[in-house]
Amino acid sequence: MIGRGLERALGILALIGLVTGLYSAFVYAPPDAVQGEVQRIMYLHVPLILVSYLAFFVVFVASILYLARRRERHDAIAHSSAEVGVLFTALAIAAGSIWGRPTWGTWWTWDARLTTTTILLLIFIGYLMLRALVDDPSRGAVFSAVLGIIGFLDVPIIHMSVVWWRTLHQPASVLRPGPSTVAPDMQVALYTNLAAFVLLYGYFLAKRLRLEEARWELTRLRMEGVG
Amino acid sequence: MVRADGADATRASAAAIEIRRLVKWYGSQPALRGIDLDVAPGEILALFGPNGAGKTTLLRILAGLVRQTSGTVTVAGQPLDRDYNGVRRAMGVLAHGHQLYEGLSATENLTFAAAMLGLDGPSERVAQILLRVGLEAAASSSVRTFSSGMKRRLALGKLMLREPRVILLDEPYASLDLQATKLLEEFLMASKIKGATTVLATHNLTMGFGVADRLAILRQGRLVFEARREETSLEAFRSLFALHGELGEVE
Amino acid sequence: MTFARRVMAIARKDLLAEWRNRESFTAMFSFAFLVLFLFNFALGGDQTLIRGASSGLLWLAFTFTSVLGLARSVQGELENDCLDGLLLYPVEREAIYLGKLLGNFMVILLVEVVIFPLFAVLYNMDLWAKLPRLLLIAVPGTLGFAVAGTLLSTMTASLRAREAMLPFLLFPLTIPLILSAVRGTEVVLLGEPFELAVPWLKLMAAFDTVFLVASLLTFEYLVEE
Repeated sequence: MIGRGLERALGILALIGLVTGLYSAFVYAPPDAVQGEVQRIMYLHVPLILVSYLAFFVVFVASILYLARRRERHDAIAHSSAEVGVLFTALAIAAGSIWGRPTWGTWWTWDARLTTTTILLLIFIGYLMLRALVDDPSRGAVFSAVLGIIGFLDVPIIHMSVVWWRTLHQPASVLRPGPSTVAPDMQVALYTNLAAFVLLYGYFLAKRLRLEEARWELTRLRMEGVG
Repeated sequence: MVRADGADATRASAAAIEIRRLVKWYGSQPALRGIDLDVAPGEILALFGPNGAGKTTLLRILAGLVRQTSGTVTVAGQPLDRDYNGVRRAMGVLAHGHQLYEGLSATENLTFAAAMLGLDGPSERVAQILLRVGLEAAASSSVRTFSSGMKRRLALGKLMLREPRVILLDEPYASLDLQATKLLEEFLMASKIKGATTVLATHNLTMGFGVADRLAILRQGRLVFEARREETSLEAFRSLFALHGELGEVE
Repeated sequence: MTFARRVMAIARKDLLAEWRNRESFTAMFSFAFLVLFLFNFALGGDQTLIRGASSGLLWLAFTFTSVLGLARSVQGELENDCLDGLLLYPVEREAIYLGKLLGNFMVILLVEVVIFPLFAVLYNMDLWAKLPRLLLIAVPGTLGFAVAGTLLSTMTASLRAREAMLPFLLFPLTIPLILSAVRGTEVVLLGEPFELAVPWLKLMAAFDTVFLVASLLTFEYLVEE
């Protein structure tokens, strides 16, 4: 059971994290030598993408657990994680797009990571739509679990295929700063923001889970009352 | 354990059905709210009730198509959910939809069914069955050209490929022609003599009453009436059923 | 009767039913042909452009056509409760999945085999010598599509918006297949050394394996209520 205490603690930690992250992104980290101030969006874009993948991983694990044990808890975790995942993925793509505009002059680039992230978003959205369209909730949970599992297993394959497709056609995109190619104080800012967004994800997940659990409790009470 | 009519229950569990506290919810909609029911081997149970009472849900759970929310179903001493395929091997189902492939011929439908049931060398058996259900003349015609009575007879033929120990029928009297009705009665009686257990759900009070050993009425997912056929008459049962129907309306 | 023979019996039943009225095959074939025909107008009649984009166009046509076939195959089982009938037999769910997969795969492949030469005629391309290698690319791609498609069409069959949902779920997942098939086909059509297509074949093989295993493990959960 997710207590209010845990939810609040995560919320406060996330807030602290975000404030620290903002500071490190805009004050602490130096501007990029080539791209200037605009490059600071990376501190938003990269953590968002990474947390999206984390969210999808959680969906994957929760889906497997649900199929194995059929505990509503796991289904609720999968559902909540997917919802937060869609949000973060969409934001990541938006951030990437905003980054690209002043830097390359285009709103969109078929960069491998951006493309894969968009495909991830499509799969996430499909997952949520599937849930919405199935009338019987437990059947919907099973279908979503299967989709969550095959979707996640597909992600590395999608990533590889897009990267190969890109590298055989165009030079690797410069929108690539993984932590290893980045200056140390920039790395600090990156990790700070990553931690902040993980906490934010945790907070949203906890909040959503409490809602789901309340709903399940309600249904359980109704079942007992009627049956 | 000795039953009320003196029969030895231990010998009888060969093809008995035991249902305890069976509950099925579809999301937040209750379909079955706790059913307790027993059917002994060689017994035919006729299940009545208005649409939405849960008859089809109960049959689908017995058939292994639907997993119950809670409660147990035991068939021949084994819990149903421990060995679905084992129970399926012993079960014959006549469903509402005839489950026939309209693009194939009668022979092809039965041959496929025989293959699925694990019968080796099915062709003689298939020919036998087609003869028995009176479809030998139409054997190679596409099922699409069949009348609904012929389709029902073919579906019954599918059932007869093996001798099922448990028989489930959902609205078997719908769209039957005279020949099919007779065939069904013969089949049910013959199976009963061999000790098969039958559960039959129907709207047709007369036919259901006529063939049953026991009667039960389902209403909104609950068992509201149960009796042996000898304990009542058709007219009495009819009024009882109507009464339950009206009580239902008031609810 | 062994597992394999049950699988074959199911596949054979599907193919037999399809052969009887050829509805699905005709619809798929006509659709694929129409799409390829329309490309001529969509690309402004520019033959060079079309030839340059030919591998992409072909696979676009095949992808849409496959969705048509997959949807119809599941429809056939939903009529008259035939899927329930299948589930009532003492047959492993995996066998049902594999049987349907095999049936779907064969029908889609057949459509492709017929479309390749037609495409060559329409756009004046010399494909005869290349046909075996084109098929070598087409088989793993089509198989992967059938693997994922059989699973997903079972999922979407009972949904309200099923016509839209199947492609919406299937296409993002099968992008690796589409990419690989297009690049591989391009290698063959441009006469490039076949080793260039091998990485794409490996990718398709990886996809097929992962999805086949995942489908076999999860199919039974999809069909029970």
